[in-house]
Amino acid sequence: MPKIESVDHLTEYRRQVRARRDPKQQQVLVCSGPGCLPMGSTEVAQAFQEQLQEKGLQGKVVLKSTGCHGLCAHGVRVLLRPQEIAYQKVTLEDVPEIVETSLVGGGVVERLVYHDPVSGQPAVHKSEVPFYQGQKPLVLRKLDEIDPESLDDYLALGGYRTLRKVLFKMTPEEVIEAVERSGLRGRGGAGFLTGRKWRLCRQVPGELKFVICNGDEGDPGAFMDRAVMEGDPHAVLEGMIVGAFAIGARQGYIYVRHEYPLAVKRLSQAVEQAREFGLLGTNILRSGFDFDIKISQGSGAFVCGEETALIASIEGNIGEPMPRPPYPAQQGLFDLPTVINNVETWANVPEIINMGPEWFASLGTEKSKGTKVFSLVGAVNHTGLVEVPMGTTLRQIIFELGGGIPGGREFKAVQTGGPSGGCIPKQFLDLPVDYDSLQEVGSIMGSGGMIVMDTTSCMVDVARYFISFLFEESCGKCTPCREGLRQLLSILNDITSGQGKEEHLALMEEICTTMANASLCGLGQSAANPVLTTLKYFREEYEAHIRDKKCPALVCRPLLTYTIDPEACTACLACVRECPVGAISGPKKEAQHIDQDLCIKCGRCHDVCQFDADTKLRSKS
Amino acid sequence: MDVERLESILSRYEGYPQDLIPILQEIQDQYHYLPKDELKEVAQRINVPLTRVYSVATFYKMFSLTPKGRHQLRVCLGTTCHLKGGQRLLESMTSHLGIEPGYTTPDMQFSLETVGCLGSCAQAPVMMVDDKYYARMTIDKVPKILKLYKE
Repeated sequence: MPKIESVDHLTEYRRQVRARRDPKQQQVLVCSGPGCLPMGSTEVAQAFQEQLQEKGLQGKVVLKSTGCHGLCAHGVRVLLRPQEIAYQKVTLEDVPEIVETSLVGGGVVERLVYHDPVSGQPAVHKSEVPFYQGQKPLVLRKLDEIDPESLDDYLALGGYRTLRKVLFKMTPEEVIEAVERSGLRGRGGAGFLTGRKWRLCRQVPGELKFVICNGDEGDPGAFMDRAVMEGDPHAVLEGMIVGAFAIGARQGYIYVRHEYPLAVKRLSQAVEQAREFGLLGTNILRSGFDFDIKISQGSGAFVCGEETALIASIEGNIGEPMPRPPYPAQQGLFDLPTVINNVETWANVPEIINMGPEWFASLGTEKSKGTKVFSLVGAVNHTGLVEVPMGTTLRQIIFELGGGIPGGREFKAVQTGGPSGGCIPKQFLDLPVDYDSLQEVGSIMGSGGMIVMDTTSCMVDVARYFISFLFEESCGKCTPCREGLRQLLSILNDITSGQGKEEHLALMEEICTTMANASLCGLGQSAANPVLTTLKYFREEYEAHIRDKKCPALVCRPLLTYTIDPEACTACLACVRECPVGAISGPKKEAQHIDQDLCIKCGRCHDVCQFDADTKLRSKS
Repeated sequence: MDVERLESILSRYEGYPQDLIPILQEIQDQYHYLPKDELKEVAQRINVPLTRVYSVATFYKMFSLTPKGRHQLRVCLGTTCHLKGGQRLLESMTSHLGIEPGYTTPDMQFSLETVGCLGSCAQAPVMMVDDKYYARMTIDKVPKILKLYKE
C-alpha cells in the first residue's frame, strides 16, 4: 500500500482501485458478524476457499468474509453478488452444492433461500426478503459488501471522500454547522445533540483537545456497535477524523471492551492501515492537519460506558464516574476538552457530510433525525440487526421486519435501552420509536437493544435480572446507587421466592425515586427504569407473586412444582441422569416420579426432556 | 519473577501512569493472572503507588490475582441468554466442574466465569471456551464440550 501524499494522489489511487474491479465479477460474501460467527462462518468461508480451488475458480470468483448481514437468526448467511442471491442457514455440507449450482451452473439452490413461513414462497434475492424491506440502512449499508480488513474495499465504495471534502473545502466552523443542521443526536442513548457538543468543545480555548469513540457496548442485548466496529471500522475512523478537525483535536482514542476481541483486532488493523496510507498522522494529505488514534481496551466494567468513568479508565484509573458539570466537552481526558461519542454516532458523520445535512434531516421525526440501528432479539422470528428511520413503530419493527413471535405465542413486552431502559407493553405497539416517545412511556432509546418478550417471560424476574446485573456492576462510589440496588435486589429476590409483602411495592417505588434523583451517574439514575415500568404495566404479576405465591409465566423456580406427566413419560431416563440430587426415580420402563422433598427445583429435568415439555414434563404453580 | 518476560512487556511502553491498564492487560494475557512481584515492579517503573495498582487490579473483572486455569469458560448472562436459560446452563457447568463462577478447578484445567453480554444475542444462550463460541447451548451439550478440552 502506497503512502498517500496529496489529495490528487488519493483520487488517483481510488481510480486505480476501482479500475481493477469488475462490477460483473462473481463474489461470494460470507457473513462473519456476531450472529454468524458462533454458527461456524469461519469454517464455511474456509470450505468455500477449498471448493473454489478444487473447481479451478480461484481468481475468477472473489471470496470475502464480511461484517453482519443483519438477519442473524438465519445464519450462516452467504450473499452472492452481483445477482444478490441471499442464502441462509448455510453449513459446511451446503458449500459444494452452492459452488456447483450457483457459481458453475448459474442457478439457485432453492432450499437455502428464505421462504415465507405462511405461503412457502421463496425469496431468492436479498431485496425480496421481508426482513430487509422497510429498512433504510445508512450505518449498516456497507457491512455485507466490504471486507473489513481491506482499506481498498472501503475506498472503492467512496470511503474517505468526506475527509477530503472536509479538509480542503470546509472550515471547522462549517463542519460543526453541518452536523448541527443535520439534527444528529448521540446514538449512545442519552440523545444529546452532537453538533452542540462539538461546538461547546471547540469554543473552549486551548491547543490540546481530544476525541474519543465509546465502543464499550456493555448493554446486555445490544450488539450494533460490535457489528459496526467489526464490519466497517474505517467508517468509525473517518467520522472521528472529521470530528477532530471540527473541534481542533490532534489525538483520538477508541475505547473497546475486551470481550470484543475481533473488534479490537479490526480497529487496530484499520488504524494501522490509515496511518501507513497517510490518513492519520502528521500533515494529513498535506492539509496541515495532524491527528492520530490510539486503541484503548476496556477490562470488564459496565460502568465504563459512562463517559466520565471511561475517561478515568483511559487515564489508567479505576472506572469511577465524576460529577458533571464540568462536562467532558469542557474538561475531559487529562482535564482537557474532549468530545466523546458512541460508535454509531461517529459512523453516521461521514455520510451526513457527504450527502448533506438536509438529506439526513429529512429522515426521521421532528426531534429525532436520521436512522437508528436496533438489535432485535429475544422472542421474535427474525432476530438480527435492523436499521430504520426514526419514528418507525414498534409494531413495524417487531411484526413486519421481525416476522412476529415464534411458536404462535403472544407478544407481551419489548424491553428497550438495556438495564437503564424499561419494558413497554402491547398497548404501545403503535408507538413511533424515537428518543422522546420512548421516554414518555418510561423507557429510553439506549444504544438500541430491543428485546422482545412473549408470555413465557416473567416481568418480575426480568426486573430482578436487571437489578442484579446493575448491582454487580455498580462501582459503589455513591450511596444511593450502591445501597439502593442492594435493597431493590433483596426485595425482588423475596418476591420471586414467595416471601414478598404488599408494602414492598411502595417501598420499591420510593427507593427508585431516591436513586433517580440522587445517584451520581447515569447507571444509578436510570437503574429504576426496569422496576418502575414493570410495576406500572405489569403490576398484576407482582401481585400474583406476593398474594397468590404464583408465577404466572412459570419462571420463578421457588414458586413452581416440577412433576412428571405419567401419560407422556417414555422412561428414557434423561431426567434421571441429569438430576443433581437424585430426586427422580421409578420402576424400569415405566413413568418416573419426582420426590418433592428432595427436589431443589433446578429445572434441569425440564430442560433435558426430549419431548414436548408442556405436556410431558410439567412445571406448574 | 520472570524478568525477561516482564521487561519485554514494559519495553513497549513509555512509562506513564496511563500505561498501567494496558500493561496489566498484557501481563494478564501472558501469565493468566497478575503475580505480586510483577505488580510491585510495574508500580515502580511507571511511578504510581502500589495501592493504585491494586485498586485497578481488583476493580476490573478481567484481572485476577490468583492463577487461572488452562481454559477460560465464559457463560453469557445477557438479557436474551437469561431469558433462554443461561442461568441453568451456568448451574449445569457449576455442577459438572464442581466450582462456582469466579473459581478455577483444582487441576487448573478450567476457570469458570460469567459475562454480562457477548453480543451474540441472536444465538442465545451462548458460551465461550477460550476464543471459541458455542451457540444455542443446551445443558446436555455441556459434558461433551468439557471433554473436548480436558487433558
